[in-house]
Amino acid sequence: MIAELEHIQMIYQSAEGEVEALRDVSFGVEEGEFVSLVGPSGCGKSTLLTILAGLEPPTAGRVTLFGEDVTAPSGRIGFMPQKDQLFPWRSIWGNVTLGLEIRGDRDGAGRQRARELLEQYDLADFAKSPPGRLSGGMRQRCALIRTLVTDPGVLLLDEPFSALDCQTRLTVASDIGSIIRQQSKTALLVTHDISEAISLSDRIVVLTARPATVRNIHTLDAELRALSPAARRVHPAFAPLFTEIGKELGLDG
Amino acid sequence: MADVSSRRRAYLDAQRRRERAVSAVRLSLVAGLFLLWEVAARRGWIDPFVVSSPSRMASTLAQLCRSGDLWLHLGTSLWETVAGFTLGTLCGALIAVLLWWSPFACRVLEPCLVVLNALPKTALGPVFIVWIGAGTESIIAMTLSISLIVTILDVLNGFLSTDAEKLLLLRAMGATRRQILFKLVIPSNFTTVINALKVNVGLSWVGVIMGEFLVSKAGLGYLIVYGSQVFKMDLVMSTVLLLGTAAAGMYQGILWLERGLKKHFGVIV
Repeated sequence: MIAELEHIQMIYQSAEGEVEALRDVSFGVEEGEFVSLVGPSGCGKSTLLTILAGLEPPTAGRVTLFGEDVTAPSGRIGFMPQKDQLFPWRSIWGNVTLGLEIRGDRDGAGRQRARELLEQYDLADFAKSPPGRLSGGMRQRCALIRTLVTDPGVLLLDEPFSALDCQTRLTVASDIGSIIRQQSKTALLVTHDISEAISLSDRIVVLTARPATVRNIHTLDAELRALSPAARRVHPAFAPLFTEIGKELGLDG
Repeated sequence: MADVSSRRRAYLDAQRRRERAVSAVRLSLVAGLFLLWEVAARRGWIDPFVVSSPSRMASTLAQLCRSGDLWLHLGTSLWETVAGFTLGTLCGALIAVLLWWSPFACRVLEPCLVVLNALPKTALGPVFIVWIGAGTESIIAMTLSISLIVTILDVLNGFLSTDAEKLLLLRAMGATRRQILFKLVIPSNFTTVINALKVNVGLSWVGVIMGEFLVSKAGLGYLIVYGSQVFKMDLVMSTVLLLGTAAAGMYQGILWLERGLKKHFGVIV
């Protein structure tokens, strides 16, 4: 296991009282695996990511990355937020090298990597442009490159497609999914979109409403996993899995 | 292609014509107003002794210019304004950074800032005169007091409303508080800071004129008070005109600064 959560509990304290966001959540992510977390909105999916990123300690339970306890943010995770969050005052190049700058990474390897990634994913011509010139899909790709540049062990994706409109969403999701596979990265995706989860993941962790617990974990069969996101959507196994997860989320009424 | 470009040219021409029309009407409005003023004063519709007239103002200004008094008074006020403005903006921004850095200090000082902001700063004038002395320093202190609190509140407010997701992104990258300040909080508040500058230009002039009313031996405020005391309305009116021009000039300077900074730092939203 590259990342593991064991019996995580998260209780938020505020003046109004306590809110239990997570209760006894345990699951792990294997090296090179793409795992999705689905659950009703507001169930605490994103909280799991901030815990894994070391931004918030859980109330109880243990989080490990590469076998080490997570206590603070480390360079080993790459975080991709809901919106692309490219800084409008920086060029595309300035944006994708932000992580290197934060690290104080002055050797050329990281910059070389950034150049290669921009080249590989057709953004090299835009390196000097401000983000405003790019389409939503390109911006999202740029945001992914920004996370890949520091060569993190695990990518944490917090509903990165939710801010896009329906049509670009499908193409951008499969675009991002295939880049992650090409770079053979381990990824944990938070989403409330079941079809997105099925079309991208190897495993799907279904969470219940708040306080979130693990309802079920689906491992997709090898046949489905071998397919591209678009091909998965039309595969006969897609609909039954969709219905099953939908039922677990309580969408059957 | 030729069709498109000719259409484009027609559009640009129309735009230019429109701009020119706006400028022309603007200028003729001002000119018309001054002309009406002059005519009214000469025909005796209004008393030029009380409301002055453009020609009387012009001769007053020419006289001031010849005697060299103009430069003394204008220079004094300009220097006080620029000093107060620079100090107020720099100190205000610096204090805002410190308060952003320490949320505890921010909580502690919040009521003080609110009270100081609500307090009419004119009330502090006599206090400054007693503490610092009857001179330029007091005027600068008053100017500073007027712009400082507003700057702190505006800039701090901007800092605190920095996009939460961008903060999360930087924190996940392992950024230190210092890095967050310089790489995110300050650049994302460029507009806030420029707006604070624009507000401060106006406020600084208020502070300087107020200060000069209370205590001064030179300056535009001094000229206005002196003129009204000896009932030389020509002097009062021409000084007010001069003041308006100087304030507009400084505001234009800020606009140029903004444009320059934008060019230097690239596109900023």
